[in-house]
Amino acid sequence: MEWTLPDYKSQTSEVRARFDALKARPVMLDVQGLGKVFASPKKSETVLQNVSFQVHRREFLSIIGPSGCGKSTLIRIVAGLEQSSEGTVTLENTLVEAPGPERGMVFQNYSLFPWQTVLGNVRFPLVLQGHGVSIAEAEARTWIDIVGLADYEDYYPNQLSGGMRQRVAIARALAAKPKVLLMDEPFGALDAQTRAKMQSYLLEIWRKVDVTVLFITHDLDEAVFLSDRILVLKAHPGEVQELIEVPLPQPRIKAHTLTPEFLAVRQRLEELIHPQGNDDTEKFEMLRLAPANNEVL
Amino acid sequence: MKIPGFQPRKPLTRRQKWILTLLSFILPVGLWSVVSYVPFVWHPVILVSSAGGSSALEKGERVDPSFFQAENKHLAAEGKPLAVGSPANPIFLPTPGEVFEAFFKAFTTPPRRVGDPWLAESLWHSIQIIFWGFLLSSLIGVPLGLLAGTYGFFKGLFEPFIEFFRYLPAPAFGALTVAIWGINDGPKIAIIFIGTFFQQVLVIANTTAKCDTTLLEAAQTMGAKGLRLLSSVVIPSVLPDVYRDQRILLGWAWTYLIVAEVIGTSSGITFFIDQQAKYREYANVFAAISMIGLIGIGTDMVLGWLGRWFFPWRQLTGKEA
Repeated sequence: MEWTLPDYKSQTSEVRARFDALKARPVMLDVQGLGKVFASPKKSETVLQNVSFQVHRREFLSIIGPSGCGKSTLIRIVAGLEQSSEGTVTLENTLVEAPGPERGMVFQNYSLFPWQTVLGNVRFPLVLQGHGVSIAEAEARTWIDIVGLADYEDYYPNQLSGGMRQRVAIARALAAKPKVLLMDEPFGALDAQTRAKMQSYLLEIWRKVDVTVLFITHDLDEAVFLSDRILVLKAHPGEVQELIEVPLPQPRIKAHTLTPEFLAVRQRLEELIHPQGNDDTEKFEMLRLAPANNEVL
Repeated sequence: MKIPGFQPRKPLTRRQKWILTLLSFILPVGLWSVVSYVPFVWHPVILVSSAGGSSALEKGERVDPSFFQAENKHLAAEGKPLAVGSPANPIFLPTPGEVFEAFFKAFTTPPRRVGDPWLAESLWHSIQIIFWGFLLSSLIGVPLGLLAGTYGFFKGLFEPFIEFFRYLPAPAFGALTVAIWGINDGPKIAIIFIGTFFQQVLVIANTTAKCDTTLLEAAQTMGAKGLRLLSSVVIPSVLPDVYRDQRILLGWAWTYLIVAEVIGTSSGITFFIDQQAKYREYANVFAAISMIGLIGIGTDMVLGWLGRWFFPWRQLTGKEA
């Protein structure tokens, strides 16, 4: 059967209008000429080189790339947890130099405080901001409710499943009322089914909350399904390859993953991240024990 | 066939644990009983039950068999009544029964010399020495350890000197502590302190340094900084492990007790043990030594139980608090 995918760049008028509206929104996060060199006495390694992009308010932007492309370093620099070697990160006209509550972060390993219950964890940023305990708890409960864990507020993180822990982490990050939510492969440790559920949860939460999302992943489907735009990096050094606009309407539903547009973007990502010329199956030829003509013995 | 307890890293059932716990005490006590009560096992001396006509032997005395036989030969030759005795163990190895009896009688037996402390008083004195030495050490050592484990500044400032100092054996400071604090409890508390403190700072710093960095990073992205990171993240996250360290360190403190108690005027349980050894009441010596063990294990069990209550979240992962 012969079939071809549509051009991943072609957009319906509805989608184009949405992107025009998105780009008309103020720039929330501005990354300019970002570079990072890890220098040790023996050798120095350029992890990121001249990375520039802008994220608009309430946009969902994913960063994807092969391992070693420095995507985690990039998000950590945006969070202020690491210093860049060159370039700047600006959040709403303020230069980013250190971690701060306006850039909340969700980590792959949840990073919940094991000594505190769900309520205690979500309350933490609110108490930090100087709210009284009762006000902080009331607000924390609202966030716990938004992520659907109202019945679990007295549980300790160790009593929860991976998916539930990550929902607590999201609630906790959002409770600090960040302008940008930084997510560093947040669903990387989850099984496929939980991961799919969490993706839908995240989109639902994102629709309810005024927050801009910068999302790191190495999962192509996840990137296409969730994002407005996808920034594709290449490795050694990490440089921008392409900024792809996902030609799908919002809000996303699972059915979108079966559309030609979805597959077209998916295909493009595949080309960028696993280019044909770089196929290393040749090397392992000798390990293939089945006959090449696929005859059943 | 699979023998329970011999699969690598497989936990034992509750029942198996109980059986092994019992065995771990029954085996050494059993061995001791065999050596004590079975006459042909060891029993290298003769306990004289009647001196007969001998002037060299005395009732209740333990003598070398060859001497005993030689003496009886003499007596037989001289036509005097023979001495009677039976194989026995040396006086320093009382039977389990004697020690068990001494264990209970020791508390109610008045000291031989008027003015000497009773066993209970001796024990209480020892416990106080440990308590004050460990408390003072912890009051300074735990905060320093927390600081050194968290901030590079304090690690750099404290650790080199402490690494040097911890190799100095605490008993070496005996004379010095007596010169400073006199002959009573001061130097004893100081020895416990010196023996505990330097290890404590290093151990606690090491534990604190294991605080999960992503927890700190998460807190920072929520706006926590400065001392808040120490008080709200580092300390609560390492507290269960610091508590466990403290339990282990308290055990070490007990090992310094005997050294501490012979400095200045001998006191506490060490004094009691010395006195009983002088009176050759070895059953009491064994009883007193095992009391130290019981107090140690008892304290640790209580602290372990309290730990599960202090840190309920730890049980959920099956980690020992």
